[in-house]
Amino acid sequence: MDLYRKTIWQLRELLDRGEIKPEEVLDSVLRRIEEVNGKINGYITVLEDYAKNQIEKGLPEGPLSGVPIAVKDNICIKDQLTTCASKILYNFRPPYNADVTERLLNAGAVICGKTNLDEFAMGSSTENSYFGPTRNPWNVECAPGGSSGGSAAVVSADACIAALGSDTGGSIRQPASFCGMVGMKPTYGAVSRYGLVAFASSLDQIGPMTKDVRDCAMLLNVISGYDRRDSTSLKFDRPDYTKALTGEIKGIRVGIPSEYFGEGLNQEVADAVKKGIEYLSSSGAEIIDISLPHTDYAVSCYYILATAEASSNLARYDGVKYGYRTEKSSNLIDMYFKTRGEGFGAEVKRRIMLGTYALSSGYYDAYYAKAQKVRTLIKEDFDKAFEKVDVIVTPTSPTTAFKIGEKADDPLQMYLSDIFTISVNLGGLPAISIPCGFDSKSLPIGFQIISKHFDESTLLRCAYFLEEKFAVKDKKPPL
Amino acid sequence: MNYEAVIGLEVHAQLLTKSKIFCSCSTQFGSEPNTQTCPVCLGMPGVLPVANREVINMAIKTSLALNCKINNYGRFARKNYFYPDLPKNYQISQYEEPLSEHGYLEIDVNGKRKKIGIVRIHIEEDAGKNIHENVVDGSYVDLNRTGVPLMEIVSEPDINTPEEARAYLTQLKNILLYLEVCDCNMEEGSLRCDANISVRPVGQKEFGTKTEIKNMNSFSNLQKALEYEIERQVDILQDGGRIVQETRLWDPSSGTTASMRSKEEAHDYRYFPCPDLVPVVVDEEWIENIKKTLPELPDEKKQRFVSQYGIPEYDAGVITASKALADYYEKVAAIYNDAKKVSNWVMGELLRLLKEDEKEISDILITPENFASLLQLIDKGTISGKIAKTVFEEMYKNGKTPDEIVEEKGLEQVSDEGEIAGIIDRVLAENTKQVEQYLGGKEKVAGFFVGQVMKATSGKANPGLVNKILKEKLEAMKNK
Repeated sequence: MDLYRKTIWQLRELLDRGEIKPEEVLDSVLRRIEEVNGKINGYITVLEDYAKNQIEKGLPEGPLSGVPIAVKDNICIKDQLTTCASKILYNFRPPYNADVTERLLNAGAVICGKTNLDEFAMGSSTENSYFGPTRNPWNVECAPGGSSGGSAAVVSADACIAALGSDTGGSIRQPASFCGMVGMKPTYGAVSRYGLVAFASSLDQIGPMTKDVRDCAMLLNVISGYDRRDSTSLKFDRPDYTKALTGEIKGIRVGIPSEYFGEGLNQEVADAVKKGIEYLSSSGAEIIDISLPHTDYAVSCYYILATAEASSNLARYDGVKYGYRTEKSSNLIDMYFKTRGEGFGAEVKRRIMLGTYALSSGYYDAYYAKAQKVRTLIKEDFDKAFEKVDVIVTPTSPTTAFKIGEKADDPLQMYLSDIFTISVNLGGLPAISIPCGFDSKSLPIGFQIISKHFDESTLLRCAYFLEEKFAVKDKKPPL
Repeated sequence: MNYEAVIGLEVHAQLLTKSKIFCSCSTQFGSEPNTQTCPVCLGMPGVLPVANREVINMAIKTSLALNCKINNYGRFARKNYFYPDLPKNYQISQYEEPLSEHGYLEIDVNGKRKKIGIVRIHIEEDAGKNIHENVVDGSYVDLNRTGVPLMEIVSEPDINTPEEARAYLTQLKNILLYLEVCDCNMEEGSLRCDANISVRPVGQKEFGTKTEIKNMNSFSNLQKALEYEIERQVDILQDGGRIVQETRLWDPSSGTTASMRSKEEAHDYRYFPCPDLVPVVVDEEWIENIKKTLPELPDEKKQRFVSQYGIPEYDAGVITASKALADYYEKVAAIYNDAKKVSNWVMGELLRLLKEDEKEISDILITPENFASLLQLIDKGTISGKIAKTVFEEMYKNGKTPDEIVEEKGLEQVSDEGEIAGIIDRVLAENTKQVEQYLGGKEKVAGFFVGQVMKATSGKANPGLVNKILKEKLEAMKNK
C-alpha cells in the first residue's frame, strides 16, 4: 500500500479504523522522500529522528494524529534548524515553536521536515535558496514557483501528506498552481504569525498546501485561530471548514474582474479558467462582470511596501547573536557589513536596498506613503466588488511553470508572475489556488478563488465544487 | 549685546510597570546580565511584540496630569538603525501619531509662575546596555533593559534660564512621583533628560542655531551644563562666530560639553508604522476610567494644605514637593493639632536629618504617632524644646518612642521649684564676682546664671522656672 500517496482524510479513516499505524505512514513517507528528494530538492531538513521521536512519545489524539506534515523552513520548530534558506541563518535553531507548530503538534501531526524556499521567502521560483533550487515534479527542468516551492513540490511529489507554506504576495498560490496542487492563503489575522520568520509583516500569512480541497479545510481547521502572542491575530468564530464542502454552489455570486483577463495572460491558462467559470455558471452560480480598477498598480505598490518592511525586518541579521558571522572583521561596523554582505543572497540584497531607499528621508512621501494610499484604493476596489459578489475568480498565474534560470536575470519579469495574487495580500483577503487543467506541455494550470475577509467557508465550497468538475486531482507528476 | 537662551527639554521616564513593554519579562533593576530576557525582547526571528496595556494606562495618566490632549488613535513606529544593544536593530517608538500632545506644566521661579508647554508625550522601548569597562576581550551587551517601557515628554522651547529648566524638571519629577508612574531615580537612569538649547539677542523673534546636550544625569548637572552651554554659545556669537548644529555630551568631571556628532552625521531613521502592532485606539471610556484614578497633584495639594491647615504657602510648597513627605505630614497633623508646629519640625529637624544622611522620607523610623507625642511632651513641659531636638535625633536613629528615650536618658525636665531654687542658690554662691556685677547694674549677667543652672542640670531644668526664680532671687538681693 503506497501510504505516501494518500490524503489526510484518507489516512485519517485508515488510522481511525486501526488498519494502519502512524509508524507505517511515516516510514512510507520517509522512503518516498529518499526516493524523490534528490530529484526535486524540496526539503532543506528531513526531520526523521524528530518525527520518529514524536511517535515514540505518543501522539496526541487529534484531527491530524499520525499524519506526516512538512513545514516551510521559515516557520520555527523548537530546537530544529530554521534557515529561511539563507546562509545567514544556516545554523539557527530557535528556542521556541511557532504558533502553527504548536497547533500541528497538539493536533497529533507528525512533522517530517522543513521545506525549501526562496531565501527569506523572497522570490517566485525557489531558485534563490542557499541550499540550491527546488525542481518542479511535473518537469524537473522547470521551477516549482515560489517562494513556497519546496512545500508545493513535496506535496505534489507525495513526499509528504500536506505542508504549510507562507504567502506574502502569492507565495503559496503561485507554486500551488505551478505544481498542480491546492494552496490557500487565509485571511490576514486568521492564522498567527508568531514564529513565522517575517518577510513583510503586514502581508505575510501562513496557509495550508495540500493534495485536495478537503485536506485544505482540515488543515485550516487546525492552524487558524486567535493567538495572544500576535497583536494582528483576530478573534473570530471559527467554523468547521469541512462542513462547507457540500458540492452545492447554487446562488453564489461569482465576480469576474475584467482586469485579470487581458494582455499577458497565456491563452491555454485563459481557456482552462474560462472552463471553470462555465462549470460555475451552468450549476446555478450567478456570473457577474466586475472591475478592480487599481489592479495595474498592485505590483509596484507591493514591491514598495513589502521591501520597506523587509529592509527593517531583516536588520536583525547582523551576526551579533546568532546565525552566520563573517570570519574576519576589524571592528563592529566592518563585522556588520561583511556578515550581511556574505550572508545574504542577491535577491534579498536587492530588496533590502529597495526598501531602504523607499523609506529614506526625502523619498518616503513619494514612495512609501504613496504606496500606502494605493493600498487603500486596492482594498476599496475589493470592498466595492464584494458588495455585489460572494467570490472573485481569476487565473492564479498568467503562465504555467517557467524554466529554472529563465527569469533569474530579469527580476521585473519574475515579479510579474505574482500579478494575479498580489492584490489579495494587499487587501488581507483569503484566496485559494486549485489545479484546473494542464497546458500542452503537461504543466498544471491554477485557478484562483478570492472571498471576503473570514469567509473561507464560501471559498472552500466553490473550490470543492470545482475540484470535482475539473477532475484532475488524481493525476500524478511523472517522477 | 544681551542674549537670552531658548531651551526645550526632552525627558525620558522609565515607567514603573512590572513587565516590559512588548513581552512579559521583568523590569527589575540590577539583576545579573541577560537574566531578564526572552525571545521577544531579544528580537529573535519570527517572534512578535504585543503591547503592555499598563504602559498605555500610565502614559494616559501622565498625559492627563500634564493637561495634554490624548489622541484617540496612536500608532507605534519603527525607528531603524544599527546598534549592538538593540537586537532588532530598530526601536519601536511613536512618531507621527504620539499618544498625546499640546499640554503644559506650571513652574514657580523667583516667586513668578510660568507655564511651560508640552509638545507631546509618546511611549517607546528602551535599549540594552553595552559594557566596555572591566572587560578583557571586547565588549559585552546586557539586554535586561531592552524593552523596558519609556515615556518621552517633550517640552516646548518655553524655558529661558537654567533655573527654569531645573524647576521644570523638579516639578515634572514631582508629578511623576505623585502619579506613581516612575521612580525618577536619575542615577539608575529611570529619569533622563536631554536639552535643546540656542541663544538669541534679546528682542529677536527667530531662534538661533541649536545644539542638543545629552548625558545630564542629575539636577545640578542639568543646570551646570546649561549654564556652560549658554556661555559657550554667547562667547562664539560675540566673537563673530557661528553655532554649529550638533549633539554635545556633558562631561561632569570637566564641567564642559563636547561635540558628539554633527547634523551631517545625523541618522536617517527611516521611520514607518510598525506592522507588527495594531494601532492604539484610546476611547473616551478608557480615558474617563483613568481620570478616576488620578491622585491629588502637587499644586492642588499645596493649596489644600494652606487652606486646611492654615500653614504658610512656603511651608505647604516645601512639604508637598514630595508626596511621601506630604502624606507623612498629614498623618502627624491628624494626631497633633498645631499644624504650623508640625510643619516647623518637618521642615527644620526632619528635612535636615534626611538631607545629612541622603535618605528619603520612606526610610524614616519615626512613626507619625511618635512624632506627635514628642510635640506633646514639649507642650506638657516634660522636656524643653532644646532637649526635644536631642530626643528627635535619637528617635530618628533608632525608632524608639520619645517616652522611652526620655526615661532611658533621664531627660525629663526638672520643674520642681525647690530643686531649682537650691541649684540657683548654689550657682549664685559659687559666682560672687558675677553677682556683684549684676548688683552693680550689669543685668546681662543674668544670662550667665541661667547657663550655669542649665549646665548643672544637663539642660533639663525648666527654663521658664529658672528664669522666674532667678529673677526673684536677684531682685531680693538687690533690695537687701
